Amino acid sequence: MSVSARPRPRALDSPAPKVVAARHPWRWVGIGVVLVLLAQFVHGLVTNPGWDWATFARFITAKSILDAVVVTLELTLYGTVIGFALGILLALMRLSRSRFLEAVSWTYVWAFRSIPLIVQLLFWFNISYLYEELNFGIPFGPTFFGFPTKDLISPMGAAVLGLALHQAAYAAEIVRSGVISVDHGQLEAAAALGIPRSRQLRRIVLPQAMRSILPNATNEVISLFKGTSVVSVVAIGELFYQVQVIYGRNARVVALLMVATAWYIALTTLLSIAQHYVEKHYAKGATRNEDGWKWAR
Amino acid sequence: MGEVMVDVRGVHKSFGDNEVLRGVDLQVGAGEVVVVLGPSGSGKSTLLRTINHLEKADRGLVGIDGDLIGYRRRGDKLYELREREVLRQRAHVGFVFQNFNLFPHLTVLENIVEAPISTRRTSPADARAQARRLLDRVGLADKESAYPRHLSGGQQQRVAIARALALEPKVLLFDEPTSALDPELVGEVLDVIRDLARSGTTMIIVTHEIGFARDVADTVVFMDGGVVVEQGPPAQVLDDPQHPRTRAFLSKVL
Repeated sequence: MSVSARPRPRALDSPAPKVVAARHPWRWVGIGVVLVLLAQFVHGLVTNPGWDWATFARFITAKSILDAVVVTLELTLYGTVIGFALGILLALMRLSRSRFLEAVSWTYVWAFRSIPLIVQLLFWFNISYLYEELNFGIPFGPTFFGFPTKDLISPMGAAVLGLALHQAAYAAEIVRSGVISVDHGQLEAAAALGIPRSRQLRRIVLPQAMRSILPNATNEVISLFKGTSVVSVVAIGELFYQVQVIYGRNARVVALLMVATAWYIALTTLLSIAQHYVEKHYAKGATRNEDGWKWAR
Repeated sequence: MGEVMVDVRGVHKSFGDNEVLRGVDLQVGAGEVVVVLGPSGSGKSTLLRTINHLEKADRGLVGIDGDLIGYRRRGDKLYELREREVLRQRAHVGFVFQNFNLFPHLTVLENIVEAPISTRRTSPADARAQARRLLDRVGLADKESAYPRHLSGGQQQRVAIARALALEPKVLLFDEPTSALDPELVGEVLDVIRDLARSGTTMIIVTHEIGFARDVADTVVFMDGGVVVEQGPPAQVLDDPQHPRTRAFLSKVL
């Protein structure tokens, strides 16, 4: 039987006919609706005097606000660095072959994920009622020297401690999920080559784990950054506390909440941009075509 | 057969209720090429993995060049070695995996120099020079800065062989090195292995390539049910098998 003997559909005859793109009328309807809603919102922002843009402009770069932004950034930085350092340690304990370390790590994560951050913060803030002095010496024996707890744990210290311990529990799980996502064959190959264990981790496992750790970790950093506003309950002069103090005085609540919002949005945007570049770095060799590190289509 | 390089004595290994190795004995001389054949589930891969202690044998011992693997013997007691010491022993045993297991985030050159630099304290410059010689030997001199995923399966496996050779191992173990490859890529990998066989490298190769076994093996070992059923020169085992299970297996694959 010859193929050419069959009647051939005319659509396939050459010369190639012109291609007309498929039409999507509902997409245009959707775009129209969204544009109208957006226009209404922007119109409201401009015309509604309630937004009080003059006050916003006066406070957005006021010194008291800038100082508070710095405190917020400090809390985020310390919370992230200490939290993730402890988190990595906890993740490694959880993955270790020692059942004891595994149990310690599990218990830590269980405890600190169970306690609301705000409760924990208030607890650290009030620790000096519970333990007036922190003494160093032989357990149950004589003490060599000691400090009053309230000198050692300042309000800022209590805030950092609370945030970091809270963060560590979540960081531990994120790091652990990244490590177990690395193909087991990678560890076998490293072991078969006799590469020392610490180097296996640093050079082979963690760089690959970073691919799945990073998006989650950035989420955590951003949520910690905004979560620092919880610290206002212990009267630390971070952004949200400062804004409350100011609108408590001048009653311009909306304008000052917008000041805080603008700063939170701006800094979160910077973090998202940083995330993009860090992820790109760890995507080396991850896909077949060099620029295709986005999700393959 | 000259001095014994790999000495496997009475090795047993179970996974749960499944006894995979039921007392395997195998001696491999220096420079000898041993090809292990057998149906899937016969314990071939597990045997290889106990030789470099990726799996710990439940009973029995493995010696490489006179050194006990995984233990130290003092009097009539065996002391388990610590992981660090086992890792050091493994550097004498090269292992090539079915799925290559190259490190995807490192370039070809970085894959090869990683172990010499971290276990031998070879200087990076020396390690790189050696890696380039090895890449040349496996025919991939132009691929040193490629990432593994940008290479074909056959090229990846050749890099994996170069990586295993970088530690100058006393013995090379191949676990079905061509089973994950497209048929047209099998030849290039077998050529590299054949080349190594000629240069006098001690090798134990688990494979399903009977023709290749006939070609390179000094000894063919047939395993079934967790034991060595029959072994001898390829002409004997492949063309005149004595054991009915060997005959049954060969009649299916030849």
